[in-house]
Amino acid sequence: MSATSKNKKQSNSDNTSGDPDYWELRLYVAGQTPKSLTAFANLKQICEEHLANKYRIEVIDLLVNPQLAQGDQIVAVPTLVRNLPTPMRKIIGDLSNTERVLVGLQLRRG
Amino acid sequence: MALQKAQTGISGFDEITDGGLPQGRPSLVCGSAGSGKTLFGIEFLVHGILDYHEPGVLISFEETTDELITNATSIGCNLSDLISQKKLILDEVQIEHTEIEETGNYDLDGLFIRLGYAIDSIGAKRVVIDTIEVLFSVLEDEFTLRSELHRLFRWLKDKGVTAIITAERGQNTLTRHGLEEYVSDCVILLDHRSTEQIATRRLRIVKYRGSSHGTNEYPFLIGDGGFSILPITSMGLNHIATNERISSGVPQLDIMLGGEGYYQGSSILISGTAGSGKTSIACHFANSTCQDGKRCLYFAFEESPSQIIRDMRSIGLNLEQWLQTGNLRFSATRPTSFGLEMHLVAMHKLISDFNPNVVIIDPITSLTEIGNLFEVKSMLTRLIDDLKVRYITCLVTSLTKDTTQLEQSEVNISSLIDTWFLLRDVETNGERNRLINAIKSRGMAHSNQVQEFLLTGHGIELVDTYIGTDRVLTGSGRLIQQLQEKAADQAWQQEIESRQRVLATKRQILESQIAVLQAQIETEAEETRQLISQEQLKADMKKLERQLVAQSRKVESEHSA
Repeated sequence: MSATSKNKKQSNSDNTSGDPDYWELRLYVAGQTPKSLTAFANLKQICEEHLANKYRIEVIDLLVNPQLAQGDQIVAVPTLVRNLPTPMRKIIGDLSNTERVLVGLQLRRG
Repeated sequence: MALQKAQTGISGFDEITDGGLPQGRPSLVCGSAGSGKTLFGIEFLVHGILDYHEPGVLISFEETTDELITNATSIGCNLSDLISQKKLILDEVQIEHTEIEETGNYDLDGLFIRLGYAIDSIGAKRVVIDTIEVLFSVLEDEFTLRSELHRLFRWLKDKGVTAIITAERGQNTLTRHGLEEYVSDCVILLDHRSTEQIATRRLRIVKYRGSSHGTNEYPFLIGDGGFSILPITSMGLNHIATNERISSGVPQLDIMLGGEGYYQGSSILISGTAGSGKTSIACHFANSTCQDGKRCLYFAFEESPSQIIRDMRSIGLNLEQWLQTGNLRFSATRPTSFGLEMHLVAMHKLISDFNPNVVIIDPITSLTEIGNLFEVKSMLTRLIDDLKVRYITCLVTSLTKDTTQLEQSEVNISSLIDTWFLLRDVETNGERNRLINAIKSRGMAHSNQVQEFLLTGHGIELVDTYIGTDRVLTGSGRLIQQLQEKAADQAWQQEIESRQRVLATKRQILESQIAVLQAQIETEAEETRQLISQEQLKADMKKLERQLVAQSRKVESEHSA
């Protein structure tokens, strides 16, 4: 895992987006801060545990692309957005509270 | 170091704050729902762009961009244009509570980045955040939220932008979530109250650090020109008096006022019972003002303008022409349309926009339907003071209901008035006639005579009342008296003429007598002359005889002589 300051980073294999089990996740950060690094680490762990390779994580650094903050309606940082599967879910925070992350991602009843 | 202020361009606001909002700092505008906070912020930004060349950013947490654009048109602001000219950015923040899970530490950098990006992209100097309190109902972690708010307002100061933060009014606190802790340089409260079905808007400066400010509540209107805040609540008596005079439109009234009419910038009251002719006097004044090429603003609280115009035509005044030239403007509203203070604000705005030389209010007593006497007097005091400062001559009419207490003007504003004409009806012998007299007129010698007041087809005419042996006569009584006196005059005239004729005859007779006597004397004189000449002749002849005899006795005479 290197260079989260890159614009986009893909993790794991590309898969056909027609797959209903395929997850598209975006993590919005504001530079390389402890919170953003923690968030990414937590995210990877959760994905590997629960999503079995059927996911793609995009990291967007708002310091590099500030205009995306308005377009995607980001207020808090870090924010994790699940674009697929729908409905869209937003989760804010460094994802330390795994339970709540799973509830938020609808991977667990909450 | 003096506090720098940023002018808002909002009518009246910069006056009451002596310069505007604190520059480069956030100010709090709080009020209940519908009090106008968002519109205030919008107007602040729009004036910033149009008048002071300061681009602006509006971050909205409640309304969408489209809603904002629509709402702004109600105050005459075209936000779409400004956006496309890149002078304004509207950013709507949509946060749904249902789609958020808080899962650990976070901060609001996303908001900072958005705000910073928007400000930097157009070089904004003004920012409005409306209303950040929404975050309190969306985010659970209040601790983080509050510390981030703290950080936000420091960040805004560092950015050097003049910001307005809107907040909702709290029940026991100024704002619901205590934002006044963070934004403490300037706090403005917008109030929207409804008493007895009449709504009033008021603005109050709760706090303005480093600046002296009035602590009163200032009434305001939100109209299609934006906010109109009435900047005057208490007036000093420091208007300068002029010596210029302006005709009342009725030459005989001018004569009653020492010959020249009212003082420019003075206040005139015409009071009288119903139908006594107050509106006619007011309209004569309006007419002559317009004839002079000046402007007249006529506030009608009882009759519609077309009714007034029609009525005036019957006494020979054509007011319609002045409407068309633009010299005359009517503003007709039922007093019960809004509260007293709203009327004052609306009138103030119209006066500022139209800039008349003369203002007429007809009648002021209608205003007592919406306020008690004290409130009406207070409102009129403010209005008249304002007009005096601007040298605008003000004529007001007042309906007096009680004929026995005519001189106690109902609204008791006579102390504000410089010239006061009282119209009275008097009933004698089964008819009513009108009388007018000047009760007072400051600064000039005015007639104290009561005159009869007539509305003819050529306008108002004043006629001297007849003072009989012990009574004043008006109307037909006066006419009868006039005829009687005329008849008496004629009789006397005839008497004189006949006497003169008699005298002339006598003179003639005398003269002819004299002529006869003179002729007699002449005759006698002639006879006497003849007698004398005869005698003379005789004497001469005797002398001649003697000479002849003497000659014939020449020798003797030679010898004897």
